[in-house]
This record gives sequence, structure tokens and C-alpha cells, in this order.
Amino acid sequence: MNPVQYRRAESVEDAFPGAQWRLLGGGTNLVDLMRKGVEHPAGLLDVTGLSEEIAASDDGGLVIGAAARNSAVAAHPLVRRRYPMLARAILAGASAQIRNMATVGGNLMQRTRCAYFADAAGSRCNKRAPGSGCDAIGGFTRYHAIFGASPECVATHPSDMAVALAALDARVNVAGPGGTRTIPLAEFYRLPGDRPDLETTLGADEIIVSVAMPASPFAGASAYRKVRDRASYAFALVSVAAGVTLRDGVVDDVRIALGGVAARPWRALRAEETLRGTRPTDEAIDAAITAELASAEPLPGNEFKIELVRRTTVAVLSELRGTPA
Amino acid sequence: MSRVQNAAISSVRTVLGWVPDRWLPSGSPDPLIARQQEIGRPTSRVDGPLKASGRAPFVTETVLAGQTYATLIHSTITRGRILRLDSTAAEAAPGVLLVMTYRNMPRLGIVPMASLTNLGAAGNSALPIMQDPEVRYNGQVVAAVVAETQEQADHAATLVEIDYAQEPAATRFEDAKAGARTLTSILIERNHVSVGDAERELRSAVHAVDNVYRTPRHNHNAIELHGVVAAWDGDALLVHDSTQAIVPTANALASLFGVAKEKVRVISPYVGGGFGGKMMWDHQVVTVAAARLAGRPVRLRLTREGVYRIIGGRSPAEQRVAIGADADGRFAAMIHTGYSVMPPYGRFPEQYTLGTRAAYRSKSFEIIQRHVDLDIVPNTFMRTPGETIGAFAVESAVDELAHVMDLDPVELRLRNLPDRHPLSGQPFSQHAVHQAWTDGAERFGWSRRQAKPGTVRDGEWLTGLGCGAGSFPYARMPGANVRLTLRRDGSAEVSTAAHEMGMGTATVQAQHAADRLGLPLEQITVTLGDSALVAAPIAGGSSQTVSLVAGLSAAADDLRDELLRLAGPDSPIAGLKAAEVRLADGGLVSVADPARHDGYREILARAGRDEVTVTAAGSPPLEMLKYSMHSSSAIFCELRVSAVTGEVRVDRLLGSFDCGTILNPKTAAGQLRGGMIMGLGSALTEETLFDERTGRIMNPSLADYHIPAHLDVPPIEVMWTGIPDPRTPMGARGIGELGTPGVAAAIANAVFNATGKRVRELPITLDKLL
Ligand SMILES: Cc1cc2nc3c(=O)[nH]c(=O)nc-3n(C[C@H](O)[C@H](O)[C@H](O)COP(=O)(O)OP(=O)(O)OC[C@H]3O[C@@H](n4cnc5c(N)ncnc54)[C@H](O)[C@@H]3O)c2cc1C
Repeated sequence: MNPVQYRRAESVEDAFPGAQWRLLGGGTNLVDLMRKGVEHPAGLLDVTGLSEEIAASDDGGLVIGAAARNSAVAAHPLVRRRYPMLARAILAGASAQIRNMATVGGNLMQRTRCAYFADAAGSRCNKRAPGSGCDAIGGFTRYHAIFGASPECVATHPSDMAVALAALDARVNVAGPGGTRTIPLAEFYRLPGDRPDLETTLGADEIIVSVAMPASPFAGASAYRKVRDRASYAFALVSVAAGVTLRDGVVDDVRIALGGVAARPWRALRAEETLRGTRPTDEAIDAAITAELASAEPLPGNEFKIELVRRTTVAVLSELRGTPA
Repeated sequence: MSRVQNAAISSVRTVLGWVPDRWLPSGSPDPLIARQQEIGRPTSRVDGPLKASGRAPFVTETVLAGQTYATLIHSTITRGRILRLDSTAAEAAPGVLLVMTYRNMPRLGIVPMASLTNLGAAGNSALPIMQDPEVRYNGQVVAAVVAETQEQADHAATLVEIDYAQEPAATRFEDAKAGARTLTSILIERNHVSVGDAERELRSAVHAVDNVYRTPRHNHNAIELHGVVAAWDGDALLVHDSTQAIVPTANALASLFGVAKEKVRVISPYVGGGFGGKMMWDHQVVTVAAARLAGRPVRLRLTREGVYRIIGGRSPAEQRVAIGADADGRFAAMIHTGYSVMPPYGRFPEQYTLGTRAAYRSKSFEIIQRHVDLDIVPNTFMRTPGETIGAFAVESAVDELAHVMDLDPVELRLRNLPDRHPLSGQPFSQHAVHQAWTDGAERFGWSRRQAKPGTVRDGEWLTGLGCGAGSFPYARMPGANVRLTLRRDGSAEVSTAAHEMGMGTATVQAQHAADRLGLPLEQITVTLGDSALVAAPIAGGSSQTVSLVAGLSAAADDLRDELLRLAGPDSPIAGLKAAEVRLADGGLVSVADPARHDGYREILARAGRDEVTVTAAGSPPLEMLKYSMHSSSAIFCELRVSAVTGEVRVDRLLGSFDCGTILNPKTAAGQLRGGMIMGLGSALTEETLFDERTGRIMNPSLADYHIPAHLDVPPIEVMWTGIPDPRTPMGARGIGELGTPGVAAAIANAVFNATGKRVRELPITLDKLL
């Protein structure tokens, strides 16, 4: 732990982090990483005083302030009614105490749980120290990627909430000294490539202001299923966020986002494409997710995720096809 | 912790000439077994309100005048030496008083290794502590920074620069097997047991199973982190510790730092969990040394990561269990061999074959353990060492055999229960294992089990039932002194340097004292946790309760004698001899004529005394030499396995125990349930991720090291035969570790019953069931 400065932001304009400063949400991730010597901010700019409003938007969607606590989002009536999948995803994460502290902005920006990333004292990590090497490759890879990894980095993004947001086509509203902009969640996270230290498309001096979701056609016909090593309080080995609508027994719209498999929530676009316009039989779902998995590249130690993704996706979608939206 | 038994027995062997007392064949059982009043009641813990309201402090909440704070620096390499160590920046940092390294650490010998015969030793590692630049395992302490505040110390620790020269390290279990050592004895027992020709019997057996079972490393995760506050005053040393070895720690520190034993005081009133992990490790020595160098009191609290780095845990193991049986299922061959880790500087052999010796009859036996050397923090005892993983292997094998034979696994066990110790031929002191099984099976509804695996399904969930046996040896420690003070107001105080680690020691001994002295429970206070009190042995091997019962019982005898002397000629009991009176109803009473009674108040008043104090030690535990003494369990499990994801959800656990008198059903149930939850963790979630490439533990936190969460823990029912052991104090045997063994096998066997998949490697994570 190093001495740090601390300031509380009163407005968005007041909240653009200077060099070496970090935004502080609930601190449930950042403070841990500071203790471990992974993060060394010169100062902490507390953004929990910014908007935590959860409000319906004119288009039937919802806007959630970045400072909204995870537990508040999961408990909000509009979230539960319109986006039950999001509430379930949040409640599947962490513990009640952590969710009470954690903010939406912090949740999106939380860092990977790769053990080698967290071990600043004893392990090499290209994400933490670019160019130093990756000790995860050849090590414990149970929580690591099967999609979109690189020889530099095989880490996954750990957020459950973000997986549901990906399936819901959420957008991230950000602000910086140059003004505001909106980033589709699908473009928010970067794959590691040769710069695993660059995790999102958010600028260094930008801040997440809110997350917006368009009206969802799914509501009831959506689900979040998280598969993990204990019944609660464990990160996802694999998770599936899915929604489906049928017309005349044929898939009209479908969303499948996978967690625990990549450096970002993995929208299974290929599987979605394959399923659209077909009858969602078990075989059709299986074929679709198998097509998606064709591009998976598991590591020694996490090969089981291929089968786990396949089975979980089939189970989730086959249950949803009988459920009215 | 059979090491305790080891020590107890070896010291007993030296005193064999001593007069046998009531626990021996020639003696009659403890008369109090028949006269329980407070004993046997579900009394709530006396420390409960303090704990629930946060007023039972952890050791590092202690604040002494002038106290400073220490932070440890751990090696990040596994083998090698420190080439360069620059502490200039750290020393210059605000608030820093001292950076202690091998260069300025006082020259100290090796911590006396826990060998409990003399109560002078509590160490777990024979490695020197910061005496040289050598690094011998990953995470070893290489420096300590002391500052005015914890934050200053933590910060300064980041400023110490260390360069290492790395050397090759032995970190791979499989590679190290080639050089495995074979010890002559495992604790008290001969290591190699060979009866008949077990391999030949196995080959010619009608039914046989022969498999290898693997269990991972585990780390200690007591809720209270290890911590110490140490202060020197001249050559007097005061240590606040969180320890299950108060007196041995005081004595070991005295000899290490070259001061008289009376000069060292160790205080540890409440221990937030011990489980075998709270003996002596490097942190006490470093803190005491730092306090001496800094000339100020020093507090050190290990971080959770620090606990993983410098406190050993359960060894990983690979066990072969082969059982051959005749057509009726009677065992003809029992083979149990294997490998676990024990570096040469450690002492804890992970005695997974000891339970096997007493569990079942067999025509032939072949038992031997081998140890591989790795460069690691030495492994140590962890709740129910040996038996936990041994029972997983043996009880899985029994289930496999039952399946091969198409016989009910409970029935197979019952057919092979011994009526005396299968190897030594010694009689059991008390052994109602058969009843524990049948009562447990009945209560659990075992008859509902479908023998054919994979046949019961509820939606995506496959349901299964399984069972497994556990056992734990009885141990009573010599040297359990108890000081008993009876006051004129009719109250009594029991004190001893024993340990309250949350299991209810003070409560149960108060209940015991009430019955032993014939006083109301409210009149008894029990004081523990301070080496200034009369000496008590370590809390380990589930032996503390019976050891203290024996000590208190001896003290009560002395009190009786003293009161008889004080009663004088005017007493209603005048003229009676010690054997003719007993303590009851708040006084001395004639055994032959209960109408002759003299109250404590009256006796003390007449004698003009405010109080009477006696101190006595429990008799030597000779009963352990005469009898085979074990507690046993039959564990039952019902669970579901998702046919989609392989996730296991345990719906129900039941433990049926045969463990002597239950002194307090509430605290006993807590111990047994807690033990069963640890068994559940070992079965499904717990595993230290030890990176064999480097020798470094990669999940040193409760977020990443998975102990069961609340949602993983099902309703757990516990029951017991309640039959007193006629050869023990109060008829009781230890129960602190009995809950764990057998649970992992019951779960693995239920998983097999649910799915038809046999998992022989713990933990049973979902990938093994896909
Ligand atoms: C033991 C444990 C278990 C957990 N289990 C799960 C789990 O199962 N599933 C899951 O999804 N999560 C889990 N989590 C993670 C938890 O969800 C995150 O720690 C939490 O969401 C982070 O939110 P925060 O507000 O505390 O972020 P902070 O720790 O305050 O910040 C995290 C990051 O976000 C940045 N940040 C904060 N606000 C903004 C903003 N407005 N704009 C831009 N950047 C911002 C910070 O600078 C920092 O880099 C777990 C955490 C712990 C400690």
C-alpha cells in the first residue's frame, strides 16, 4: 500500500481523472489491487457521488447512472420487469456485501481475476507489466479464455453484469474533456492482441456516466445461467445470457452472450445467426453453438469449457423456447 | 492429531510403574458417568454473548503502550539466495523504526520442534528463521519492517529492494516420488505393516478392487488471522498470541531467546480457530526478535496471503487402496500404500494409513506410507490429519467393492467390522460402530437408495445416495494441570493454561466442574488462555477436553482430601476416610449414608478459611496402552448432479457417531457439523493451487481458495450412540476432529450412485463429471 491522495467528484466535469489518478467506485476491486501492488494510483477520484439514477427512457429502455450500486440495480422494479436477465446476472455475482458497495461503472471496469495478474510480487503478466511475459499460459487456466485470446494474454473479463448487458445490446455513455459519446457495449472491451494492458475503448481521461439499454423484446423469455465451482461466491467458469423470441415456432430474435470465456462478454453472433429463422430444436441449438465453438481455442486445463458452453447453452435456450416473452 | 497420542503414549511408557487408576481395567469407571446433571445438557457457550457482540477480541486488537507495527516481506523465489538487499529507502520512510533481515536478526537456534513430551516445543519447521541469505521455499520470510503505524510499515515494505540468485527447486510431486523416503514409524505406529501375503490374496480373491486416489494440498483458513503482539521488559517477555499451544510456545520462546521460562508469559484467551495451524511458526519468532531490536512492543498480523505463504497445510497425497474379498465379502486383503509430502525439515507425516489399521478385519494387510521431499513451507496438521484423506481413499474403495459385488455398501462394512483391534488384538474400550451404522441408516432412510447408479432423475438433476465411515483415535494428554479454588461463598474457579478456540472448552469444563463438585453451574468460573496459569498441554488431537476432565477430576480428589482435613471433629462426616465420601450437593457427603453431609461453606467457615486451592494433574493416560480406543462415524449423503453442467449440490448430510459420552449436545453438534462442513469442502471445493513450475501458491485468498459458501452447505443432521466409554474420564472421547473423515467418501460415493462416474481425485469439480 502506498500513500494516495483522495478527492470526491461533485460533478461529471469535475471527474475526469488526471494522469496517474484512478476513479474510485465502491473500491471492491481497485482497493484490493492497490493492496496487492497491481495498481499504483497517485490519487483516487471518488465518483460515487455522481448519478446513481435508474430511470426509464422514452424509447422504452432504461438508463442507469454509473454510480448506481449493483444491489440497487438488481432490486429495481423496472430492471426486474424489463430486464430480469440483468437482475439475475448481478445477483449471481460476488456477495451481498460486495454488491452493496460495487457500482455499475466499477463493475464494467473491474480487472481480470487471472491469478498471475493479481500476483504482482511473484508472477509475470503482460497485462500488468507489458512485455514481461505471461505465466498463466502453462499454469492454472480454469478461469481463462477459450475465445479471442492471444499469445500475450489469455485472461477473461470476470463481470456477470456485463454479460447480460452484452446480450441486451447496452450502450455505455461516457464523458471526457472533449465531450460525451456513446460506445456500444459490443465495442467497449478490446481483445488482448499484443496490448493486453489496453482493456477497453474508454479514453484515459474519460469516465463512464451511465449505461443505457434499449427496449428489450425478451423480458420473460430471457435467462442468465452461471456455472461455477461453488454454489455462490465464485466467478463464472462459464455463463450464458440468452433471450429468444419466436414467431410461428421459428426464431425471430435471439441473443446469446457468454461469460468466462474471453476478455470480453462473448456475443455468440455466429450461433445467433445460425438460429435466426429456424425452429429451435435441441439439434438446431446444438448445431448453432457448435458452430460458434468452432473458433474456440482452449488452453491445456480449460478444454472442458467447450463442452460446458455447448451443454449450458443448449439447456438455457431449450428452456427458453417454451417460455413466453 | 495423533502426534499428540504419540507423545502421550511415549511419556506414558516411562511411567508404567505408576499406580493404575480408575481408567484402567483394574479400576472402576468414572462414577460421574452415572451422575450427570449439568453434563449432557445443551448449555450455551459462556463466551457466546462476548463473541456475538464483538467483545471477545482477536489477538491483534491488543494495544500496548508504545506499540509498533510490523509487516513481513516474503520471498518470491523458491530456492536460492539473497544477492542484494537494499533497505535504505525503507529505513528512510516515515515512521520506520527497523528493517530486520538476516543481517541484523538476532542469532537464534532452531525452534524446538513440536514433540510434546516436555511441553517445551511447538515448532513446525526445523529451518532457520532469517539467519542467513538462503531461500528454501516460496513465500519464506526474508525481512520484517517495523514502523509506528501499520500503514507506514506496509508502505515501507514495498520500498525494500531484493535481488535473488535462483537455484533449481524441487516442486513437482510426480518427479519427487522417485526419491521418496520410507520412515520407520508414522507417529507412534510402525509404518510398514505386513500381515500375510496381501498381494497374493488380492490376486486370488473372488472380488477385488485396486485403485489410486489423489487428494490435493489444503491451506489453513481460520477466521482469525495469525497474529502476535510481543513486548520485552528487560529480560521478561510478554506475548499475546493466537495459539493452540500456550505453554509450549512460552517454553520454546524462552529457550530460543535464552531467558528463564518464568520470564515468558503467553496470553491467548480467545483463539479464532486453530485446526492444527496455530502452533509455532516463523511469525512469533520474528515478532519477538523485532520487539527486542526495536526496544518497543511490536504487533504483527499476517495477511491472508501471509498465512498461505508461511503456515503449512495438509499435504497432497496419492494413495493406492486395494481390497480383496471372498464370495461373502469378507476381506482377504487390505492394501493401503501411498505418497505424501514431508520435507526433511518438517515433522508431520500425514498419517492417512493409521485409520486403516483399526477399521476392518482382513486376512492380510499391506500398509506403508512414503514421503516425498519438496521445497515448500512444511506441511502440518490440519483438522483430522491423515484420517480425512485416508478415509476418502479406503471408503471409496469399499464402495467400489460393494458395487463390484452388487452388495449394499452398509452391509459390506458391517460384515467386516472387527470385534477387537485387527492388528494388535487389543480389546476396544467401547465400540458401537455397528449401532452407529444401523441407527444412521435407519434415520437417513438409506433403504431408499437405488443400487444401480444413474437411475434416479429429477429434470436435469441426477440424484444419488452415498455413505462412508470415519474414525479418530482417542488421545488424552499427560500434564494437564488444573487449579481449583473453592471459596467460602460457595463458588469455585477452575483455571489452567488451556485453550478456548471456539469449541466450548470453558463451557463444558464448567458443566463438568458443577457435577464434579456438586455445585450449581452459575457458581463456577473457568479461566483459560494464559501461561501464568498452571500448565496444560496443547489443544490438539481432539484431546483437550478429556485431558482437562482428568485434571479437574484429580484436583477434585485433592480438594476432597483437603476439605476432609479441614472439616474437623465437629463435622457430620468426621471420622470418614477419603474413599467413604464424595463431593455432592455443595459439600462432602458420606457415600454410605447420604444424610451425613457437610457443606463447603460450613467447612470453610469453621476452618476460618476464605478459600481452599488445590492443583493437580491428570493421571498418566495409561488407558491408551491397554485398549484400542477410537471414535467412529457413519456418514450419509444425498445429493444431486446436474446432467448438464456436472455441478454437484449436496441436499442432505447425516453423521451418526459413536464417540462416548456427549458432554454438551449443543457444542458437540457444533463441532461435528463444522467438521462435516470441512469434509464437504474437501470433497467438492477446497484445493490449494500450487504451481508446480515455480513452487508458488496461486490462490492465497478466500476469494480464490474455495471453502464451502453458505449455499453449498445443506441441512446437516448429527446423532450419536451416546454410550459412555468406561475407560475414559466422564466416558468421553474427543470429538473435535471426528466430523470430517468419511464425508468426502460419502459424497464421492453418492456422486457415483447418482451418475455412475467414479471420481478418485478430489475435489470433485464439475469438469470431472462432464
Ligand atoms: C471476492 C469477490 C468476489 C466477486 N465475485 C464476482 C462475481 O462472481 N461476479 C462479478 O461479476 N463480479 C464479482 N466480483 C467483482 C465485483 O463485481 C467488482 O469488484 C465490482 O463490481 C467493482 O465495482 P466497484 O464500484 O467496487 O469498483 P472499484 O473497485 O471502485 O473500481 C474498479 C475499476 O473501475 C474504475 N471505475 C469506477 N467507476 C468508474 C467510472 N464511472 N468510469 C470509469 N471507470 C470507473 C476504477 O477506476 C477501477 O479501475 C467479486 C469481487 C470480489 C472482491
